[in-house]
Amino acid sequence: MTLSTSLRQEGRAASRRSSSGRLQDWLPRLVLAPSVAISLFFVYGFMLWTFILSLTSSRMLPSYDFIGFAQYGRLMENERWWVASTNLVIFGGLFVVICLVLGAFLAILLDQRIRREGTLRTIYLYPMALSFIVTGVVWKWLLNPGLGLQAMVRSWGFESFTFDWLIDPDMAVYTLVIAAVWQASGFVMALFLAGLRGIDDSIIKAAQLDGGSLPRIYWRVVIPCLRPVMFSAVMILAHIAIKSFDLVVALTGGGPGYASDLPATFMYTHAFTRAQVGLGSASAMLMLGGVLAILIPYLYSELRSRKHG
Amino acid sequence: MDNVIRRRTPGARLARLALYAALLLAALFYLLPLAVMLITSMKPLDEISAGSLLALPQSPTLAPWAKAWGEACTGMRCEGVGGYFWNSFAIVIPAVAISTVIGALNGYALTKWRFRGSELLFALMLFGCFIPFQVVLLPMAQTLGWLGLSSSRAGLILVHVIFGIAFTTLFFRNFYVAVPTELVSAAKLDGAGFFRIFWRILLPVSAPIIVVSVIWQFTQIWNDFLFGVAFSAHDTQPVTVALNNLVNTSTGVREYNVDMAAAMIAALPTLVVYVLAGKYFVRGLTAGSVKG
Repeated sequence: MTLSTSLRQEGRAASRRSSSGRLQDWLPRLVLAPSVAISLFFVYGFMLWTFILSLTSSRMLPSYDFIGFAQYGRLMENERWWVASTNLVIFGGLFVVICLVLGAFLAILLDQRIRREGTLRTIYLYPMALSFIVTGVVWKWLLNPGLGLQAMVRSWGFESFTFDWLIDPDMAVYTLVIAAVWQASGFVMALFLAGLRGIDDSIIKAAQLDGGSLPRIYWRVVIPCLRPVMFSAVMILAHIAIKSFDLVVALTGGGPGYASDLPATFMYTHAFTRAQVGLGSASAMLMLGGVLAILIPYLYSELRSRKHG
Repeated sequence: MDNVIRRRTPGARLARLALYAALLLAALFYLLPLAVMLITSMKPLDEISAGSLLALPQSPTLAPWAKAWGEACTGMRCEGVGGYFWNSFAIVIPAVAISTVIGALNGYALTKWRFRGSELLFALMLFGCFIPFQVVLLPMAQTLGWLGLSSSRAGLILVHVIFGIAFTTLFFRNFYVAVPTELVSAAKLDGAGFFRIFWRILLPVSAPIIVVSVIWQFTQIWNDFLFGVAFSAHDTQPVTVALNNLVNTSTGVREYNVDMAAAMIAALPTLVVYVLAGKYFVRGLTAGSVKG
């Protein structure tokens, strides 16, 4: 491999100093080499491999009969793909916004010298330790119209209360939002709380001396300080949204029909159960494109702020 | 201190009350699903269809737990999730151990033995944290087949190690960057070697980051579903896959109490870890996802 030879040359150049140091100079590179090789093959190589598959007519098994970008064309004409992509926009957008608002709100409330803050924090954050499958199973039970929340409220005497989003094709995607917000908003709270604790108290004191009311101080002074935290939170949440697979499988199964499919479940269904390896690969590449579209501006601004900052 | 907020005017007192009310309401929202899960898992089936979601069990029973553990049907088989629970451990423990060791050595080499291009190599590996795994599924399936590891536990361990080392390397690298280099340089002058320095100087101070890495990897791998469902067979499935199969097995009466008991079983290990070591859990979450 070219990489290992270049490493070797560097190692040789560096170890001319002493003969006993030669092995020691090699060791760090030797230790890193397997991980780098793994990364090159299993991450970069596989991305390329999937891209190649997306250019073929593979169905049940990978074949290497190239048909150009036809799979991407099929994807663009595929109604189910559009449903999945639209759902991702709805789900991702609401998930990110609600998590941010709820997380920031809870963090600000918790930052008011609350008694039992540690207990509350533990309660808000524990869903993050659960598998999305567990989350999906629990919410499926809660949202089940016959026995769940709807039945409970009806038994309190509100006979006409209806909350059947789980079986409503137009609303099923919103059940994903509820469950995902439940799981991840506590994490956003923890991020914001850490950010709040990092703000210099004197800024707030000064604003108070100037006579600002508390909500006004938060809105004008504190929240702008939290911008970097918010930026990171958006990144992480968007990333979770694009990768969401288990939650859909466990909560709605993509249904009713395929009304609550997301790209991740679309890819899995086509590549593994519907014998459409080519089409599945094309959808995986578009997912990667989506992640890169978020990641690159993020990394760019991170690097820039580090240089300036 | 803090007299502006705490001044005991009636208005301030009311605001304080509203504050606690809002916080408690939020706590209820987060606790409700867990409470319902626990309550439902201890009710006999007839109480579920007759009573309310939040009603406490009239005659609490552990029968649903026993059934979920040893008898409930997951797909074609009816052996409960117990076996899959141990499967998960058999996959998680080696995968966590191997990926943490590799991550520690990588982080050490990347910070205390820098060489030209080492930062670039780090950036290269870091990218593995960000890719959507759908993009590696198909090639991975084929590669595992070539290696003779299809549907095996060893195959799943390999997959989790491969895609875990990007995270563990990140953890250890960011931790070791902050460890003073002078000590390492002095040891190098004295002729101490690569592993000796790691063993004597870095490892003794690494306890916190080892905990973070182990907890992060444990939670990630235990909770994994995508790799589990794509690369396992009946007898090698992790518990998340078995739970999903159990819930979606549509033979006979839907036993919600058994479903909830199975969900609790699948959730317990990570919940226990979280309760015991929450601080490290949060540190892993923020370090693993924020810093690049």
